[in-house]
Amino acid sequence: MFLLDPLRYEFMRLALASGLISGLLCPVVGTYLIVQRMALLGDVIAHAVLPGLVVAQFFRVDMLLGAFVSGMCSTFVTAWIRTQSRVKVDSAMALTFSSFLSLGILLFTLLRSRLDLEHLLFGDILGTTLTDLVQMGLITLLVLGIVTLFYKEFLFYTFDRLGAEAAGLPVRTLYVGLMALITLAIIVGMQAVGVILVITLLVGPAITAYLLVRELHQMMLLGAVFGIGSSVAGLYLSYYLNLPSGPAIALVVFGLFLLALLFSPTQGILTRPKPTPGDPSR
Amino acid sequence: MLEVCQLSVQYRGLLALENVSLRLGDGELVGLIGPNGAGKSTLLKALLGLIPIAAGRVLFRGRPLPRQRQQVAYMPQRSQIDWDYPITAGRVVMLGRTTAMGWFGKPTAQDQQRVQDALEQVGMWAYRHRPINELSGGQQQRIFLARALAQGADLIFLDEPFAGVDKPTEALLLQVFMTLKSLGKTLLVCSHEWGPVLTQYDRLLVLNRRVIADAPPHQAMTLENIQRAYGESLGAILADPHTPFLAC
Ligand SMILES: Nc1ncnc2c1ncn2[C@@H]1O[C@H](COP(=O)(O)OP(=O)(O)OP(=O)(O)O)[C@@H](O)[C@H]1O
Ligand SMILES: [Mg+2]
Repeated sequence: MFLLDPLRYEFMRLALASGLISGLLCPVVGTYLIVQRMALLGDVIAHAVLPGLVVAQFFRVDMLLGAFVSGMCSTFVTAWIRTQSRVKVDSAMALTFSSFLSLGILLFTLLRSRLDLEHLLFGDILGTTLTDLVQMGLITLLVLGIVTLFYKEFLFYTFDRLGAEAAGLPVRTLYVGLMALITLAIIVGMQAVGVILVITLLVGPAITAYLLVRELHQMMLLGAVFGIGSSVAGLYLSYYLNLPSGPAIALVVFGLFLLALLFSPTQGILTRPKPTPGDPSR
Repeated sequence: MLEVCQLSVQYRGLLALENVSLRLGDGELVGLIGPNGAGKSTLLKALLGLIPIAAGRVLFRGRPLPRQRQQVAYMPQRSQIDWDYPITAGRVVMLGRTTAMGWFGKPTAQDQQRVQDALEQVGMWAYRHRPINELSGGQQQRIFLARALAQGADLIFLDEPFAGVDKPTEALLLQVFMTLKSLGKTLLVCSHEWGPVLTQYDRLLVLNRRVIADAPPHQAMTLENIQRAYGESLGAILADPHTPFLAC
């Protein structure tokens, strides 16, 4: 059986579960990045976890904690540069991103780290252990729970920050909360596709959904469907064609995006309703 | 009653507002006019506590306004909104109920009713399921006004609600303002619209970094005040008897 064959192996079962979890979580959280035009921030955080990982491993504290603290730091640095000067957010992100990555590499050398850089950068989904999976599952439950509980507040905040603040919502707390959720999602996604490609899972499925739906929660739900679909399809491709799994997943994500871009009923390049001459409805 | 005393605001060294004092009574409709960069949006944001103030006080019913934000509805300037955000018109209006619902709160029948009333009042109920980027500029403005209505606040700050709006919509917005006034609500409306519409306000506040004039429309829109706010050149154009007089 084509679909069942890979499931004979324990490592493939774990890998599929891991792909499922990150395919579900990353697009939900990535939706917030996209609607705030901050997609690059995902990349910043993903690379910024490196110093935290190296230090955590050196002092033998939980790697997750290290990654989380370090990732959060990068969001604060970005926000700080942006608010304290007239430097725009894209430049602030580019600078933070490269600085944290450099710091990570520097520490890696100085502390003679035994981290597996290649697995970190490109993911190690086939090496997922049961412990990893349990951790990923718990984080996912936590993040999805928070997104559900505070959905309307995050919606207001990301749509109209000033309006939300004017209405009395604690926008700073919401910002930090959102950054924490994004960092956690990245930590989960990193396991599957690695630091370099985690942005794919955060952004790709959600923008694909963006082309097809009209509301934020639909974007999250459909994005999750695409995310899960891409992870699973990518893994099967990598199993049968003997491809590296991270890039396989990333390219499936892009393929789905292209399909939506061409064939979305409302916005597809080939399928969107053509304005007929003399039709004043637009 | 909203009282503002000696309010000053700075942006990194640039003095955007200087010693602005004003009073808004209950049921008053006050227009805020002045050239681009005069500090109109800055004033609204400073009143709400959205940007730090360098000096001064803002009191609503004797207490600092930023601590009673549920009482204020704010409609940001168009350019502050991302119109491609995936959200429908009805849901934007429901955002006005967010604080009233509270944390973890879900919309109740009463919230739904208020949203419906607000949408009907601005004539947009039929468009509630439309994504906002499929609405015209005027319709978008109406949706944001509906959000302010749904909030049920006593104090309403609107930043350029007439921007890109046609005459019928302008008339509709004014009609809504009058209804709100009759309910005892206080409205502060920032606007670039000149002409007869200015006579609809109870009072006009002419602003350019400082308060140039604070008086009923006919007394505020004198040639001298306009020159002081907009500069000599505009004053000269208006003074020319061959140009149709823009002020009221
Ligand atoms: N975030 C900011 N940082 C620095 N300076 C600012 C900022 N926002 C506004 N300013 C400056 O403060 C002054 C007042 O701006 P404001 O936006 O309040 O004007 P406005 O009266 O609303 O103008 P418009 O009619 O164009 O909306 C301007 O000189 C502007 O350049
Ligand atoms: Mg303005």
